[in-house]
Amino acid sequence: MSVATKTDKIQRLAELTAGSETSTGASLWREALGRLKTSKMAIIGAVIIAAFVVVAIVGPFLAPHSPSAQIWRGEVFPNKGEFVGARGENWFGLDHLGRDLFSRMLVGARQTLLVGIVATLIGLVAGFVIGIVSGAAATLGGETGQRVDSVIMRFIDMMLALPSLLLAVSIAAVMGQSLTTVMIAVGVVQVPVFARLLRGAMLVQGGADYVLAAQSLGVRKRRIVLSQILPNSLSPVIVQATLSLATAIIEAAALSYLGLGNPDPAIPEWGVMLAQAQRFFSYAPMMGVYPAVGIIITALGFTLLGEAMREALDPKLKG
Amino acid sequence: MSLLELDGVKVHFPIKKGIFVDRTVGHVYAVDGVSLKVEAGETYGLVGESGCGKTTLGRSVLRLVDITEGSVVLDGTDLAKLPGEEMRRFRRRLQMVFQDPLGSLNPRQNIESILSEGMIAHGIGKDQEERREKIKSILDKVGLPSNALSRYPHEFSGGQRQRIGIARALVLEPDVIICDEPVSALDVSVQAQVINLLDELQEELGLTYLVIAHDLAVVRHISDTIGVMYLGSLVEEAPSDALYAEPKHPYTKALMSAVPVPDPEVEDRRERILLTGDLPSPANPPSGCRFHTRCPWAQAERCATERPQLRDLGDGHRVACHFAEEIASGELALTRPTGIEAVTEGEGAVVEQTEDEAKVPAVLLPADSTTKPDATAVKEKVPSAAEAPGDRTAGAVAKDLDAAGPDASDSDKEQDKTG
Repeated sequence: MSVATKTDKIQRLAELTAGSETSTGASLWREALGRLKTSKMAIIGAVIIAAFVVVAIVGPFLAPHSPSAQIWRGEVFPNKGEFVGARGENWFGLDHLGRDLFSRMLVGARQTLLVGIVATLIGLVAGFVIGIVSGAAATLGGETGQRVDSVIMRFIDMMLALPSLLLAVSIAAVMGQSLTTVMIAVGVVQVPVFARLLRGAMLVQGGADYVLAAQSLGVRKRRIVLSQILPNSLSPVIVQATLSLATAIIEAAALSYLGLGNPDPAIPEWGVMLAQAQRFFSYAPMMGVYPAVGIIITALGFTLLGEAMREALDPKLKG
Repeated sequence: MSLLELDGVKVHFPIKKGIFVDRTVGHVYAVDGVSLKVEAGETYGLVGESGCGKTTLGRSVLRLVDITEGSVVLDGTDLAKLPGEEMRRFRRRLQMVFQDPLGSLNPRQNIESILSEGMIAHGIGKDQEERREKIKSILDKVGLPSNALSRYPHEFSGGQRQRIGIARALVLEPDVIICDEPVSALDVSVQAQVINLLDELQEELGLTYLVIAHDLAVVRHISDTIGVMYLGSLVEEAPSDALYAEPKHPYTKALMSAVPVPDPEVEDRRERILLTGDLPSPANPPSGCRFHTRCPWAQAERCATERPQLRDLGDGHRVACHFAEEIASGELALTRPTGIEAVTEGEGAVVEQTEDEAKVPAVLLPADSTTKPDATAVKEKVPSAAEAPGDRTAGAVAKDLDAAGPDASDSDKEQDKTG
């Protein structure tokens, strides 16, 4: 083949691609972000989450009354079934000890968010490390690696076999009753989920041709894992982390409801408030409805964003 | 001495079972004793149907799969025995182009990053600036504009992606490039471009290729020497022209007879051999000659017991068949009933069906013997088939096949009903 024909070809190709000369190339991450921006579900979810985060940060400063002061103690008689509902001074009414419910909701948001984020981070970080080790061992470690992987996975299976609530209760029983306990308990339950998810995604990517190509280029194994396999395995983990925030908030509420949460009455928490409201549900249903609705809306926000992210990251899933 | 020499290469994959402790219950004999030589600056073509082990063989050369036995010698160094880190460094001299152009490029890396990866691994180029210069010159060689650098694989067409794959291999300045089905995922028009590019690069850079393909036309065009694989071993090896002019192994004959001829007159008259049965499982290969279960010339005793080795029949034409000379001279009669004879005992409808089945793949998917591994009809369409006395259907079918015309299939059905 002569050189002339080749130059012609290059010329032709250059002309064909000249239209997009200025484009710098769109990475898959950027495209996903673009899709996310146009998704209604993502916007609604993001707005809810943003509102929740703002409340969690500035709520304690906005609260009209102290969340722990029993200012209207003389007006509420739980034993007789006499409660005070919403009124001009107290927008959400009073709780069974005569405290302002609206203030307690505002202040409680911070605890709820904290539990959700910290618990998810615990699960994410621990699960991520286990998942990477396991996934890397299974894909590139040869026979020894596969053995390491199966030992780790049997251990994870054991964790999965324990009912999450029971695991949380036993952790709380060992560590005592505190907010930290709740966070650790909820986080630990998430560990096997993240570990399995990441490992599974890495196994799929590990068999891809581009991993073989990297191997045949002579790229070192560690770099193959970190720069080839891992970036392609992240999407499901990111989605799960977002969805997990919702679960963590609900689980934390459940643990608080069971009396394992923060015992300090000065720091309100939605789960604890829900638990306290239960006894008086027939007299003052709204006392339970406020924290419940708060939990539901927050969890919904995270779920919506998570689902939207799932679709944005993997458009093929969109039915 | 040849640049790349494979000697008795075997790749056996263990089949494992068990919940806690894996027991090896058998092996898949993916590659079972292949010896071949690739001369510097030449192209060795490897053909065979899917599952015959040609891809595994290609990968074993790069040690992407573990070699069970045998040696792969590149320029005096036995790759099969190199420890991990040394093998990693040696990979610079051996590169691979993959079948699926998109799948072999990391979707989250841009082209610059993809092409830098190998240079970083081997410490080529001081900084990214220097590497970028080199990448630009390689992109120019493979016919891609340099504004491709910051773009991502999904933004390119199939042919362009394969050019990127070729560029990735070239960046390391290898001696040998293994092309695993380099064009089978591309449109026919683009196939030619990529093949010509490979040709140009070979001339310019003195590359040595090991091309793995199932497309006989592609292999013929590009190769100097061709090896035909069947069920994990080579059955025939010859200079490309000699192999196409006179295939000597029965399997090669069948493979070649599946290639259509552009001239309809010749196409209708030429001899076609359709193999019966499926490719046997490589986990449980037949005894003796691997091909004796499907061979139209299989002999009773020797073929089932003794495994034929590649023998040189002169001019570098090597064949693994006990009876290659006898088959070539016509001494040996067909031992397996032809498809035509086999179906005469059935109903007319069966004949019709087999006829349609046999016709479609032979014409539409000629080069890919793999797409129709279950072609049930054995058909040795030789003129003598029509001479078979008292065999009316066979005669009718043969006559129909000889008749060149658009209404051939209609008359075919009518004749079958009467027959």
